[in-house]
Amino acid sequence: MALVIDILSWILLTVGGAFIFIGGLGALRLPNFYTRMHAASLTDSMGSILILLGIMLQAGWSLAAFKLLAILVFLLLTGPTASYALANSALLSGLKPEYFRPDNAEK
Amino acid sequence: MVILFAVFLLTLLVLTAVAIVRTDNLFVAVMLTGIFSLLMAANFFILDAADVALTEAAIGAGITTVLFLGALALTAEYEKSISTGRWLSLGVVAVTTLILIYATFDKPRLGDPQAPVHLHVAPWYLEQTPQLIDIPNVVTAVLGSFRGYDTLGELNVILTACIGVLFILGGRRGQYSPSDGTKSLSTIHSLRHHLIPKIVGHFLIPFIILFGFYIQFHGEYGPGGGFQAGAIVAAGIILYALLEGEAQALRAVPRSALMGMVVGGAMLYGAVGIAGIALGGNFLDYSVLTDNPVAGQQIGILIIELGVGLTVCGALLLIFHAFAAREETD
Amino acid sequence: MELFGLYNYWVFTVVLMIGFYAVIAKGNLIKKLIGLSIFQSAVFLLYITMDKVDGGTAPIVQKGVTDQVFSNPLPQVLILTAIVVGISTTALGLAIVVRIKEAYGTIEEQEVQSLDRDQ
Repeated sequence: MALVIDILSWILLTVGGAFIFIGGLGALRLPNFYTRMHAASLTDSMGSILILLGIMLQAGWSLAAFKLLAILVFLLLTGPTASYALANSALLSGLKPEYFRPDNAEK
Repeated sequence: MVILFAVFLLTLLVLTAVAIVRTDNLFVAVMLTGIFSLLMAANFFILDAADVALTEAAIGAGITTVLFLGALALTAEYEKSISTGRWLSLGVVAVTTLILIYATFDKPRLGDPQAPVHLHVAPWYLEQTPQLIDIPNVVTAVLGSFRGYDTLGELNVILTACIGVLFILGGRRGQYSPSDGTKSLSTIHSLRHHLIPKIVGHFLIPFIILFGFYIQFHGEYGPGGGFQAGAIVAAGIILYALLEGEAQALRAVPRSALMGMVVGGAMLYGAVGIAGIALGGNFLDYSVLTDNPVAGQQIGILIIELGVGLTVCGALLLIFHAFAAREETD
Repeated sequence: MELFGLYNYWVFTVVLMIGFYAVIAKGNLIKKLIGLSIFQSAVFLLYITMDKVDGGTAPIVQKGVTDQVFSNPLPQVLILTAIVVGISTTALGLAIVVRIKEAYGTIEEQEVQSLDRDQ
C-alpha cells in the first residue's frame, strides 16, 4: 500500500513538474504577450494541482495535508485572478492582440 | 539531493541579480527584485531559518515591491545609461570579488558543527529556553526575551522611518509634480471596472487578515511573530486600498487609527519594560510580571509581540498612504 | 565536498558585488536603491549560511523529542532585525527620491548635479 502511494505521488510530481516546464518554455518562445500569458497561467494552475496532490499523498491523513489543501484552494483562487488582472490591464492600456487573418498568412 | 536543489536556487539568485542590473526599464527591475526576494526566502528556508524566510517573503517580496511601484509611479519609468566610468567600476568590482573569494577559503564549510559560531552562546540559548521560558520557538524566545532590548531599538527604527516619510511626503508639492495623469496612479484610485479581482479580493481579504492574526499569536509555537504578522495584515489592507481606491481605504482604517497603532505599539513595549521596573526587577525583565517566572516570561513575550505587530502594521500602512496620496491633483 | 561547502560564500560575494556595481555605476537613483537592497540581501545570505548545522532542523523545540540537533538561532534573530531595518531605509530613500524628482524634474544623478551647478 505504501508502495502504491509512493509510485502515485512520484507520477503526480513528475507530471506536474513537466507541466510547469512546458509553461516556462511557452512563456519564453511564444510570439506575443497574450499567448505567453495563456501558456503561463494554464500550466501554472494544472501544475500546482498535480504537485500539491502528490505532496498530499505523501503527507497522509494529518494536519499537514489539510494545510496543503488550503494552500491549493488559495493558489487556485489567486492564480487565475492575477493572470486575468494582468491581461485586462494590458488590454486597457492599449496592447492589442494580433489577429490571424487568412489573407496575410502563407499557404 | 538537497544540495543540488540549494545549488540550483543559489545560481538562480545570481542570474536574477545580473538581470536586475542589466535591464533599463525600471518596472522590470522592480518585478525582478520581487522574484529575487522570493528566491532569497526559499534559500533561507533550505538553510533552516524558517522565521527569516517568512519575514523575507512577507516584507521583501510583498511590501517592498509595493513601495517601489508607488515611488516609480511618481518618478520615471526608464533609466538613461551613462557612458563614463563603467569600465573603472567593473574593474574595481572584479578585483574586489576575487579578493573576497580568496578570503572565503578560510571560512568553515557549510554546516560544520565545530564552527566557532556554534560553540559560544547558542548552545546556552538552546538549553536554557525550555527551562527559563518554556516556549517551543527558540528564535522568538531570543528575540523577545534574551535580546529584547535590540527588538525595542528596532521597533523605534521603523517608527522613525515612518515619521521621516510622513515629514518628507506630507508637505507641499514641488514644481515638477506629476499632474498630467497619463502614466499616473489615477488607475489606482479605483479598479471598479475590474470585476473579477474585486470579487476575489473581497473574498480573500478576511482570510489574509485572519492568517496575519494566526501568525501573530502563534509566534511562540512555530515560525511567526510580530514582524511577519504586521507585514501580512498591512498587505491585506493594501490589497483593499488597491481594489477600492485609497479614499475608501482611508475611510475604513483612518489615519488617526494608524497613528494610534504606530505609537501605541512602541509605547506598549516600553510600558512592559517599565512595568518590570515597577514590580521590582530590571527594565524589560519579564520574570517579575506574575508570580511564576516562566509564565511571566511567556506573558511578557506575548505582549511585546503584540506591540511589535501593531507598530509594523501601522507604519507600513502610513508609508503606503503617503506614497499613494502624493499623486492627487489639486 | 569542499567546493559545495563554500558555494554559498561565493554566491554571497558575487551578489554583493553585483549590488555594489549597481550602486556605483548606475546613474538612476532608483536603480541605486535597488542595488542597495540587493547588497543587503546578500549580507543576510552570509549570516544565515553561517547558522546551518549538518543534520539540524529549524530551532523549534518539540516536546518529548530529546537529542535533536538544532541550527543556530542567533544569526536568525539578527537578520530578522536587519530585514525590517532594511525596508525602513528603503522607504525613506524612496521618499527622498520622489522629492528630488519634484524639485529637479529628473532622477538621473548627472542631470541633478549639472542643474545644481548651473543655478
